Amino acid sequence: MYSILFSDAEKTYIWDGVELNLRNDGRKRNDYRPMELETDVVTHASGSARLRLANTDILVGVKAEIDVPYPEAPNVGKIEFFVDCSANATPAFEGRGGEDLANEISSALLKAYDVLPLNNLCIVPGFSCWKLYVDILILECGGNLYDSVSLAVKSALYNTRIPNVKGTYIDGTNVDLQLSDDLFECWKLDVSKAPCFVTLCKIGEYLVVDPTVEEEACSTASIVVSVGENGSITGIFKIGEGSFHQNAICDAIKLAGTIGNELNKTLKLALEKEENLGIRRERYGFLK
Amino acid sequence: MDQSICINLAVERVNTSVPTREQPCKLFTPGEIIFLQSDFMRGHGTYPEDDVLKASVAGVVEQIGKLISVKPLKNRYNGEVGDVVVGRIIEVTQKRWKVDTNSRLDSILLLSSVNLPGGELRRRSVEDEQMMRKYLIEGDLVSAEVQSIFADGSLSLHTRSFTYGKLSQGILVKVYPALVKRSKTHFHNLPCGASIILGKNGFIWISPTVSDANSSGGFTQNLDQKVLKGDREVIARLRNCILALAASKIPLYSTSILYAYEESEKYQLAELLNPESMLDIAILTQQKIQMMEDF
Repeated sequence: MYSILFSDAEKTYIWDGVELNLRNDGRKRNDYRPMELETDVVTHASGSARLRLANTDILVGVKAEIDVPYPEAPNVGKIEFFVDCSANATPAFEGRGGEDLANEISSALLKAYDVLPLNNLCIVPGFSCWKLYVDILILECGGNLYDSVSLAVKSALYNTRIPNVKGTYIDGTNVDLQLSDDLFECWKLDVSKAPCFVTLCKIGEYLVVDPTVEEEACSTASIVVSVGENGSITGIFKIGEGSFHQNAICDAIKLAGTIGNELNKTLKLALEKEENLGIRRERYGFLK
Repeated sequence: MDQSICINLAVERVNTSVPTREQPCKLFTPGEIIFLQSDFMRGHGTYPEDDVLKASVAGVVEQIGKLISVKPLKNRYNGEVGDVVVGRIIEVTQKRWKVDTNSRLDSILLLSSVNLPGGELRRRSVEDEQMMRKYLIEGDLVSAEVQSIFADGSLSLHTRSFTYGKLSQGILVKVYPALVKRSKTHFHNLPCGASIILGKNGFIWISPTVSDANSSGGFTQNLDQKVLKGDREVIARLRNCILALAASKIPLYSTSILYAYEESEKYQLAELLNPESMLDIAILTQQKIQMMEDF
C-alpha cells in the first residue's frame, strides 16, 4: 500500500476517535461513505463502470474477446484482471511505483472471482470461449481501494453485454462461429454470484470499515474478506504487516459477512435502478 | 442495522452550485484571445501571440489600467508575505525544514526563524542543529507565517510568535487556497467549542480549544490527553461543514463557518457526508450571509 506523511498527534486523535466510535468525519466504525456509481461510461467497451467513493475514483472497462479455453477446463470461459494505478492518483505511482499494489489487487480479484460461474462464456467446448478482459484504472486514491475496486468491477460486469455467437462443427473437427444478424442482440452476464470485498482495517483494538487514507496510515493490518451471494464468505486475506488475534479474525469474518451482504444488496438495487432508466438516460462521465 | 451503505447514481448527482445575485463573469480558456489591440501590459496568466493577448490559464480576467491578467480558477498557493499558513514538514535538512504548503515549490522553515524553547533570541548552536528532529520531524504539522519569498517563488516561513508552532491533536482539512478569505486574524476560538486555523494556503486546522494560552506556540504535544467525545463531535461537524461550503465554492471565514455550523445542527453528524445535506447547508449559509450583508 502507498502511505502518506502523518504526525503522531493526528494518529493519536484518530486512534482515540475509533475507540469512542466517532471517526474524524462523524461516521461510526461500521459506516461507509456515500458512493457514486455510473455504468456504461466507456462507449467502446463491452461494459464499464465508474465508482467514486469520496476521493477514490475507479474506472473499470470490460472487453470481451473470443479465445480458446484452457485444455483442463474446456467448458468454461476465461476472465482476466488488470489493474493500472494512474500517476494522477499519487506521484508515488509514477513509473513502476504502483505495480506492487496493482498486482496485489488483481491477484486478489482473480482469486475471489473463482466463485463466479463462467460456463455461459463457453461457445464451443474445447474450441472457443469468451475471454473477459477486466481493466481497472485507479484515478484517485481516497482510501479503501479494495472495496471500491470490487464494487466497480461487479458493476462493470453487470453492465457487460456479450454478442450472441453460435458455434457449429464443420466436418467434426473445425469450428465455424456465426454472429447473429442483429448486431445488438446481446446477452448479459449473471453477476449475482460475483463477490464484493469488505476491508476491515485494524486501528488500535477495533475494526473499521471503509477507511480513509489517514485511517489507513494509522493501521498496521487489514483483513479483506470477499463476500458472495447471501453473505457467504468466498475468500479472505490480510494486507499490511501487522497481526490479528485468532478470536478477532472470527469476529471480523462474521462482521464482514453481514456488511458484505448489505453491500451486495445495495449495489444490486442501485444497478437495477440505473438499468430501469433505460438506454437513453443522460451520461455524466467525467465532464460534469 | 448498525451500518449504513449508500450508493448514489451519477444521474441523480446534486449540482453543488448555489444561486448568487452577481452576474457570472466570463471565463477564459487557455489560448483564448483576451485583447485584440497591442497596447497592453502583460500580467500573470497571459501570453502575447500574433500581436494579441491570449490567456494561458482557465479563469477570469482582471484589468487594472493597462495591466491585464487572468486569475486562474484552480491553482496552487501563491504565497504573500504575512500570510498565515499551515504546513506539513516533509524533510529535515541542514539548518532548515522543508515544508509542504500546497505551493508549487517546497517552502522552507529556517532553524533561525523558529522560537526554540528556552531563550528567544539566542544564537543557534551546533547542538541546536543536531536537536532539530526533537522539535519537528517529518509528518508534523506547523502553523507559520510567510516571512519572505525567494527569487524562485518558494516561501520562507517563520514561527517567531507564540501563536505559531507545532500543532497537536486535531483534523486537517484541505480546500482550494482561493476559498480562504483574507481577514484580520486567521486564528479563531469558535463559540461552538473548537479552535480553527484558516491557513491562507487552503490547509485548515481544527482542534479542541486549549484553555491555557501559554502552552501553545511551543514544540510540545500532549499525546496522553484524550479529546472528549463532545469536542470530537464539534470538530467532526466543523470539518463536514467546511467541506460542504468548499464543495459549493463559498468563501471560508469565521462567520461563514459559524453560520454553516448553526445550519447543520438539524442533521446527524454522518448525514453531513451526503451531497444533498451538504448542498442544503451551503444554500442556507449563502442566504444568511446575504441577509446579513443587506442588513
